[in-house]
Amino acid sequence: MTQHPSLSQTQRAIDIQGVRKAFGANAVLEQVDLALEAGEVLALLGANGAGKTTLVKILATLLRPSSGGGSVVGFDLVREAEAIRRRMGLLAHGSYVYEDLTAEENLRFWATMAGLPADPAALRKALAAADLEGVAGERARTFSSGMKQRLTLARTLLGAPRLLLLDEPYAGLDQQGKKWLEEVLLDFKVKGGAVLMATHSFTRGLAIADRVAILAGGRIVLNRPRASLDLEELRRLYALATEDFSEGAT
Amino acid sequence: MSFARRAWIVLWKDLLTERRSKESLNALFFFALLLLFLFEFALGPDRERLTAALPGLLWLGFILAGLLGLGRTFLVERENDCWEGLLLTPGDKGAIYLGKLAVNFLLMAAVAIVLLGLFGIFYNVDLWASLAPLSVVIFLGTVGLAAVGTLFGAMTSQVRARELLFPLLLLPVQVPVLLGTVKATEAVLQGLALAEVAHWLKLLAAADLVYLVVGILTFEFVLEA
Repeated sequence: MTQHPSLSQTQRAIDIQGVRKAFGANAVLEQVDLALEAGEVLALLGANGAGKTTLVKILATLLRPSSGGGSVVGFDLVREAEAIRRRMGLLAHGSYVYEDLTAEENLRFWATMAGLPADPAALRKALAAADLEGVAGERARTFSSGMKQRLTLARTLLGAPRLLLLDEPYAGLDQQGKKWLEEVLLDFKVKGGAVLMATHSFTRGLAIADRVAILAGGRIVLNRPRASLDLEELRRLYALATEDFSEGAT
Repeated sequence: MSFARRAWIVLWKDLLTERRSKESLNALFFFALLLLFLFEFALGPDRERLTAALPGLLWLGFILAGLLGLGRTFLVERENDCWEGLLLTPGDKGAIYLGKLAVNFLLMAAVAIVLLGLFGIFYNVDLWASLAPLSVVIFLGTVGLAAVGTLFGAMTSQVRARELLFPLLLLPVQVPVLLGTVKATEAVLQGLALAEVAHWLKLLAAADLVYLVVGILTFEFVLEA
């Protein structure tokens, strides 16, 4: 769980161009270009329905773009889904937790499915890193949503991914859990991993972000280094972007 | 090795979940018991009629219990979007199919054992003498039922009208298996040797093989769809 094979300096974690996704006549994403370097954290901000989850699912190879493409962890988004899946970790809305299995059993199952060694010592270590060692033998059904989120992140990090795709990762976490998550992500980033975090939470999302992108109406309307923006300016730009979109939509 | 390991962990996970929740087993056993009562009321005490109808009743019981149990195979994967997690796992998805098939086979085999025992008691039929050949027929029939049921269970688990679609898809494809099993069971219960129903057994084995291969090869597309 502590090793994160980093991407080479020349290899971008995400490099997509002109991605469009439509469900029937309804276009959810339009001409999305996005790049993320190794060792960077990108906070992807957007209102509900902006297309964040759709974009995350496309990057995770769960959805195919209607047009456009690019690469994720150095592999073609459409043709090399299998290679991407081996090198990417996804923390989605669903926790992928089996309620009737214990925390350790859940990790054992997902580690084996990913073709990773599932020896008890490694699983215990992963659980300890998620502060779940004390409840390793308890069924997930008895866990709070925060504990399930920790278990989910422990599962996500099992395969030492190069890229983490996080969709609302702070949901269900208390203050201590949020702080823990930030520490884990910072550690991941320092070791050369790249993180794309789709979130509503300005303050939490920005705390560790190197870049900030705003998605509104299915388009990236802002993509700048975090250092070039202060919080107030970002709030203003976000309000402007989402307001513009709402007006455009009506 | 990895394929077998992954198939095994799916089997292990589902059996552990079933052992703890007992959702499918409880439902299947009560359903089987209910069926036996209904058959008993419908056919009355006429022994001749009962003997003639027994093979059909037996497999009707298996099929109806199968419809109930096999359709639930992938429901556990819907909770917390585990289905999505399975989709993201690398490697041949046929391993997931094989693991699920093994779980379904074991569940259906457990139902078959209970049904057989209850049939013997309820209808006062001596099944002991024909137990060995009957086991062969039941094994082949259960593999066929589980192989198709697992695939169609996966296909229909994400659609809204799955309770309607599942039997509509499963039953027509099960015709060769049903035909073979009912005919072979009838012969075995009449005391004939397995060699005398070899043609039915060959049909069953061929159907099982086709269903298994098709299931393993197409499961990835079913999961991705």
